Amino acid sequence: MISVDVENISKYFGNYKALDDISLHVEKGSVFGLLGPNGAGKTTLIRILMQIYAPDGGSVWIDGKKLSPEHTQLMGYLPEERGLYKKMTVGEQALFFAQLKGMSRNEAEKELKKWFEKFDILSWWDRKVEELSKGMAQKVQFIITVVHKPRLIVFDEPFSGFDPINVELLKNEILTLKEHATIIFSTHDMNSVEELCDEIALINRSKIILSGRVRAIKEQFKANLYAISFSYEGNPQELMPKGIEIRKLGDNDSYWDCVVYAPEDVLVKQLLSNILQQGKLISFKEVLPTFHAIFVSKVTGIPINEIVSYEKN
Amino acid sequence: MKKIRIIILREFLTRVRKRSFIIMTLLGPALLAGLIILPIYLAQLSDKPKHIVVLDETGLFYGKFPNHAWISFSYSGEDLETLKENLKKGDYDAILYIPTSIVNGPANVKLFMKKEVGWQALEVIKNTINYELRAHKLALAGVDKSLLKEIDVSVNIFTYVIKGKKEEMSYSDLRYFLGFFASLLIYVFIFMYGSMVMRGVIEEKSSRIIEIIVSSVKPFELMMGKILGIALVALLQFVLWIFLTLAILLSFKQANPTMFTYKEPIKAEIKNKGLTPDEAKIIQQNAALEQSELNQLLEGIRNIELKNILISFVIYFIFGYLLYAAMFAAIGSLVDNETDTQQFILPVTIPLLVGFLSINFVLNNPDGPVSFWLSIIPFTSPISMMARIPFTPPVPLWQFLLSVFLLVITFVLMVWISGVIYRRGILLYGKKISWKDVFIWFASQKN
Repeated sequence: MISVDVENISKYFGNYKALDDISLHVEKGSVFGLLGPNGAGKTTLIRILMQIYAPDGGSVWIDGKKLSPEHTQLMGYLPEERGLYKKMTVGEQALFFAQLKGMSRNEAEKELKKWFEKFDILSWWDRKVEELSKGMAQKVQFIITVVHKPRLIVFDEPFSGFDPINVELLKNEILTLKEHATIIFSTHDMNSVEELCDEIALINRSKIILSGRVRAIKEQFKANLYAISFSYEGNPQELMPKGIEIRKLGDNDSYWDCVVYAPEDVLVKQLLSNILQQGKLISFKEVLPTFHAIFVSKVTGIPINEIVSYEKN
Repeated sequence: MKKIRIIILREFLTRVRKRSFIIMTLLGPALLAGLIILPIYLAQLSDKPKHIVVLDETGLFYGKFPNHAWISFSYSGEDLETLKENLKKGDYDAILYIPTSIVNGPANVKLFMKKEVGWQALEVIKNTINYELRAHKLALAGVDKSLLKEIDVSVNIFTYVIKGKKEEMSYSDLRYFLGFFASLLIYVFIFMYGSMVMRGVIEEKSSRIIEIIVSSVKPFELMMGKILGIALVALLQFVLWIFLTLAILLSFKQANPTMFTYKEPIKAEIKNKGLTPDEAKIIQQNAALEQSELNQLLEGIRNIELKNILISFVIYFIFGYLLYAAMFAAIGSLVDNETDTQQFILPVTIPLLVGFLSINFVLNNPDGPVSFWLSIIPFTSPISMMARIPFTPPVPLWQFLLSVFLLVITFVLMVWISGVIYRRGILLYGKKISWKDVFIWFASQKN
């Protein structure tokens, strides 16, 4: 496992600034999510990490050492745009890529066969890639990415284009690989962020606009929203202390389901005591913003509590 | 370096295992050997001799037509109709009818055939009639017939080159052929394998394999690995062609040992009366000359410095290919599919085509200034120099070295330029790139 430090990286394409003074720290053994809309610069940053591009400014440090060609063997990379040689057999191809990562042919064959067995695709070893379905090819691509036991694995949009079964497989593998490797992936699938990531950085228009530990960010973006279910004979508005807004209300006779906005904790206490005295409390929980909401709020500038209230819970 | 080796190996193995490679490798030598064997074989194939009856109304040609192993003439006084009847029965192969009017206008000689007698027979007949008619007319003008013999010079040219005190036969025909063949082969190989490099690059780019590879190796290593791997394929094919062709030729020789050996000219049959010893000698010489064409060829093969030709071929082939392959790789990196290559490929194919189209010119003026420049300028030199090399006097060493030196320098430069284009191009998917963009890359080179 290795740590990654990105320091003040910038990259230009002609006059276009693809990355603007990007800095981030990826902890050893963590799963790090790079979020951001299309064109934000995620792939460019990843390509700099993979030494496909050289940055125009700044530097990258791997375990405190400046990024250099020797590091390529420690890294595994599954690009967003991924392909295989159509006319080659699966086995030959996997061996080729493994050898490019510095494995000996024997070692590569041994490891590859283990993986192929694990994914139950050993019977494809001698088949040509053009005979494989897309889902099959995705498994092969994944194996190629991790077979040389990289200590840093980078997935660029790993969940786009994968079928749901493979997405599940991939998620499980990421959680397993985490034991031995630091993992960075870019995505705009926010569910996977909450499931998998320890830390994230949100990139928009070539800049990092938000970064940190997933829990801390969620805490930071607390929207002061609460979901309450209760029964009360009458208009629920009557129970609301001054200052509380109902953002969402569903009713079923005298059974109420609502989301309320309470800017201060005192108001919540008051509301709860009102309900307890005059009606019956069924459930109560704080609505934490989803990453989707945080993402949209940060990118569009709409206040977080407005987005969250209209989201489905 | 280890990674380049892995890439070279992949490029080489995947291509060598292809069915098309195996077919080409076997077909080439078969065609080549066939091209050599067939004419020799046909020349030796003796048909049943043709028998032609001459009906000569003038009496000038009696006994004048030379008999060969493959053709014989007899003379008859019967009328044409009877002869035609006999021809239909198959008593002979043709009737040559020479009317009296020939003395005034040689246009009305007629040959009646059952089957084609072949152009060679026609040549013999025409030459003999021309010769005798001329002799007759000269005799009428009071010129001695023996004088005609003297002015009838043989026009078979043996070319010699003076080297110091030695005179060597130069075998110009054979050199011309070798020059043509070698330069054509270079052209074909550069084009074939250069575009193979381009297709390989396009394949990697369009199928997006490229991004996985360049995360493990430098783009330059990948490009060079591809170019060198395909170079090995080309060299293997070339070597196999030579060996297989030789193997086929040798096995033919084994089966038919007399095929490629020097043969004594066939003795002309001097049966017919009316030939002076001089005339008989001429006929004999003609027969010898006919036979000697093959002998001259065999002799030439033994005498021409094939080693030099082969060495220069390999040098020009390798560096010519490398130069063009680098350019083809750069083009491949700029496009997403083969149909988009048109706008980029022209600057690469034009010099190649200039070299190709001027082969004939260079062969006819191997020492002229145009040939000199074409064989010095790197982009055409592989083709043009190969056309010059087989000739004597040999290309001066300084020209050869200068040409190779410039070729190597240009190759190194071109690899650098292509490397820059390639590195940028391969990761630009789905964008139309123009030459303008490429120039901007060079203008703002930072990387």
